[in-house]
Amino acid sequence: MSVSEEEIFEKVRAVIVEQLGVTEEEVTREASFTDDLGADSLDTVELVMALEEEFGTEIADNDAEKLTTVGKTVGYILKNTK
Amino acid sequence: MSIDLTGKVAIVTGSSRGIGREIAHTLSKHGAYVMCCGTQQEATQAVATYIEADTKHETLALQVDVSQSASIQNMVKQALEKWGRVDILVNNAGITRDNLLLRLSDEDWDAVIHTNLNSVFYAVKASLKPMLKQRFGRIINIASVVGIMGNAGQANYAAAKAGIIGFSKTVAKEYGAKGITCNVVAPGFIQTDMISALPKEYLDTIMATVPQRRLGTPQDVANAVLFLASDLASYITGQVIQVDGGIRT
Repeated sequence: MSVSEEEIFEKVRAVIVEQLGVTEEEVTREASFTDDLGADSLDTVELVMALEEEFGTEIADNDAEKLTTVGKTVGYILKNTK
Repeated sequence: MSIDLTGKVAIVTGSSRGIGREIAHTLSKHGAYVMCCGTQQEATQAVATYIEADTKHETLALQVDVSQSASIQNMVKQALEKWGRVDILVNNAGITRDNLLLRLSDEDWDAVIHTNLNSVFYAVKASLKPMLKQRFGRIINIASVVGIMGNAGQANYAAAKAGIIGFSKTVAKEYGAKGITCNVVAPGFIQTDMISALPKEYLDTIMATVPQRRLGTPQDVANAVLFLASDLASYITGQVIQVDGGIRT
């Protein structure tokens, strides 16, 4: 059974709300973690750890660096999980 | 005020003898679950068994080669599998390969840097994930006054121990906001096998520089570690506590 983009977005949004202490409305697909959601470099590392746990997947460090927005992150997870 | 570490999980490297054994024993006496790590399985197991019999608090023995990243990662994994947390990490494992710099081989330089310094990087990195999740961690790295003062014949050891200090201050800065503290205990000359290996005349010369005119005991060092691991030290991070009888630096 495949998971839809929308379902992944909702899960990712929940993790971001929890990790960064932002509201659901702020977490748009275009939102940048550092510029729009106020994450510092350590926050982004922790966010990746939390996402790895949520989706039971490993995100390589050099991939993680490229996941700068919510949309890119959702796209990555969609591609890398079944 | 008594120190209660009940429910806390502690990993102590190099705990089959000397200072490490005393640290493991002391943390266990105060209620922590302690994982004893050493290069020799039998000796490490004997220490863990002895401690558990004495304190009635669970221990675990593990053979670890601290110079190998994979071995260290396994160490943290084993602690997590057994107890589900890592609260206290004490990086104590260390070796000496003394020689005058002019005669110091590349192998002896590398061995000391790998075992005494790289090990600290591996262990802290591996422990940070669970500590971040817990929003709690107490990292205590055992350096040496030699890392502060230098010591003839110990360029490799001094460099590794000084490296631990800079490393620890950085960890304190990076993770201070996450409930993780990182401090250094820098022992002076402590009564252990490492010191017994030194010539007597040299020990006499050293003693003249120690205001208290005695060697320290492993317990003296363990007490400082216990304090830093406890709630009493929650606002202390990035510090170097010298346990050295007042050696001038």
